[in-house]
Amino acid sequence: MAEVLVLVDSVDGTVKKATFELLTAARQLGEPAAVVVGASGTAAALKGQLGEYGAAKVYVAEGDDIASYSVAPKAAALAAVAAQASPAAILLSSSPENKEIAARLAIKLDSGLLYDAVGLDADGTATQQIFGAAVSVQSKVSKGTPIITVRPNSFAPEPSAGAAEEVAVAVSLSDADKAARVTDSVLEEKGSRPQLSDAAVVVSGGRGIGKADNFAIIEKLADSLGAAVGASRAVVDAGWVPHTMQVGQTGVTVSPQLYVAVGISGAIQHRAGMQTSKTIVAINKDAEAPIFEIADFGVVGDLFEIAPALTDEITKRKS
Amino acid sequence: MKEVSERMNIVVLMKQVPDTEGDRKLDPSDNTVDRNAVDPVINYIDEFAIEEGLQLKEAHGGEVTILTVGPERATESIRKALSMGADKAVHVTDEALHGSDAAGTAKAIAKALGTIEWDVAIAGSEATDARGAVVPAMLAELLGAPQLTQARKVTVDGTSVSIERVTESGYEKVEASTPAVISVVEKINDPRYPSFKGIMAAKSKPIDVKSLSDIGLDAGEVGLANSWTQVASFENAPPRAAGQTVKDEGDGAAKIADFLASKKLI
Repeated sequence: MAEVLVLVDSVDGTVKKATFELLTAARQLGEPAAVVVGASGTAAALKGQLGEYGAAKVYVAEGDDIASYSVAPKAAALAAVAAQASPAAILLSSSPENKEIAARLAIKLDSGLLYDAVGLDADGTATQQIFGAAVSVQSKVSKGTPIITVRPNSFAPEPSAGAAEEVAVAVSLSDADKAARVTDSVLEEKGSRPQLSDAAVVVSGGRGIGKADNFAIIEKLADSLGAAVGASRAVVDAGWVPHTMQVGQTGVTVSPQLYVAVGISGAIQHRAGMQTSKTIVAINKDAEAPIFEIADFGVVGDLFEIAPALTDEITKRKS
Repeated sequence: MKEVSERMNIVVLMKQVPDTEGDRKLDPSDNTVDRNAVDPVINYIDEFAIEEGLQLKEAHGGEVTILTVGPERATESIRKALSMGADKAVHVTDEALHGSDAAGTAKAIAKALGTIEWDVAIAGSEATDARGAVVPAMLAELLGAPQLTQARKVTVDGTSVSIERVTESGYEKVEASTPAVISVVEKINDPRYPSFKGIMAAKSKPIDVKSLSDIGLDAGEVGLANSWTQVASFENAPPRAAGQTVKDEGDGAAKIADFLASKKLI
């Protein structure tokens, strides 16, 4: 059976859930094989976890140069693995950086790229949702090795035993791969909340919160649910929260199990970034707000009363 | 001498897209974007790329050239970009380009850049129609040029360009030498509105219309039939069915918690 390569995303020695989702999705296309690309020593901690989700092989493309340059070395490493493995397909989770890696890889391999899939069939047909999820599209790669980026939370990860046989891959970087040097990496987000883009639960605040100080109401509700925190464009434009938190057409697109919209009217530009959420809950004082047209459960009322009460209620029920 | 060498040839990559406020559709005859269903506009994020180009010109001297690959009608958007202050434009348009996917488009841009002098090529980080955010990376790969993408800040010093690249947890500082491919995120600046004077001046600014043969790209490399990906089918998704909405009677929070519990979400 042909291999299906899955690029591994990890943080501090822990494989991200999105990678387990891809290893699960890969099984219908062929034999899942994980690809670890990073600084020397990255793979050691990850191998066992990857085996638990069915990785028959773990290709290890490590080098201290890889993280020193932006994007291009990771594409070069994946191309080197692809040359060795002749895979049936290559899957990456749809983060902004992974989409750029996939883009470069598509050019290197003369292969078609499908991005932001939310579904994947055994014959390689990917389902994408476009125009703010108003249109659902089925696409296939018609040239080369299919390269497909898949939105986090599109598949439920299912454990399955894999041999996780380690295969080292040598990567040599060209001058072009080393053209954009990373000179510093700065962490701006504080605290231990999950990352917005692939969180299972997202709580977002909108204009209804009134002022920056009130955003703590959203954060407390998010923390009670173990959720990431998002915001509407109005809140970002007002400067109450950083742009990285913007959910919507021109911000982050999320597709969580649960999306809680607090004080968000639900303009098309916001809905475009969260409409594929599995379950949507909305709190808004305006019964006519468009967010209620797409909410699975909505409460018309004062967020300043409901959100803190909900935080308490969830905390109580969880304990 | 220094002053002359610092003058920058700034190219801004601009895409015309269907207005996101409209009811965007695919054309069932060939599954491509229906460009007549909704009024076309400059891709919203490209306005930030244009502004960044204009600011680089104001700081370093030089020229801003708008480069657009797209149908004839894109002229309207090109004129608007020129009215914001860009100096001239190159418009690659050819029937054979219809239906090109991201890779086909990137090839056309790469070839077109080969016909002009450029120090930086600045794009918006993504287009609001396809939302791929992949063309700038493809372009850098095709050209063998440095990729400086997802920038929230761009600094040019002679032939050195550095950016702050937005990451999921903050930012990275990335630097390279010109010529470099840059993409900018929205909010990097505050795009200017065209002035009346700018609108009048734009009417006489040159737009160099080029065909595929003018840029030296074989028609077999682009277009729907040669695309590396194909849309097999599509359906207009039924609008998401609304669920239950209740009025808060002091029990709103408890009702949400009940709902979440019923879905096993808490």
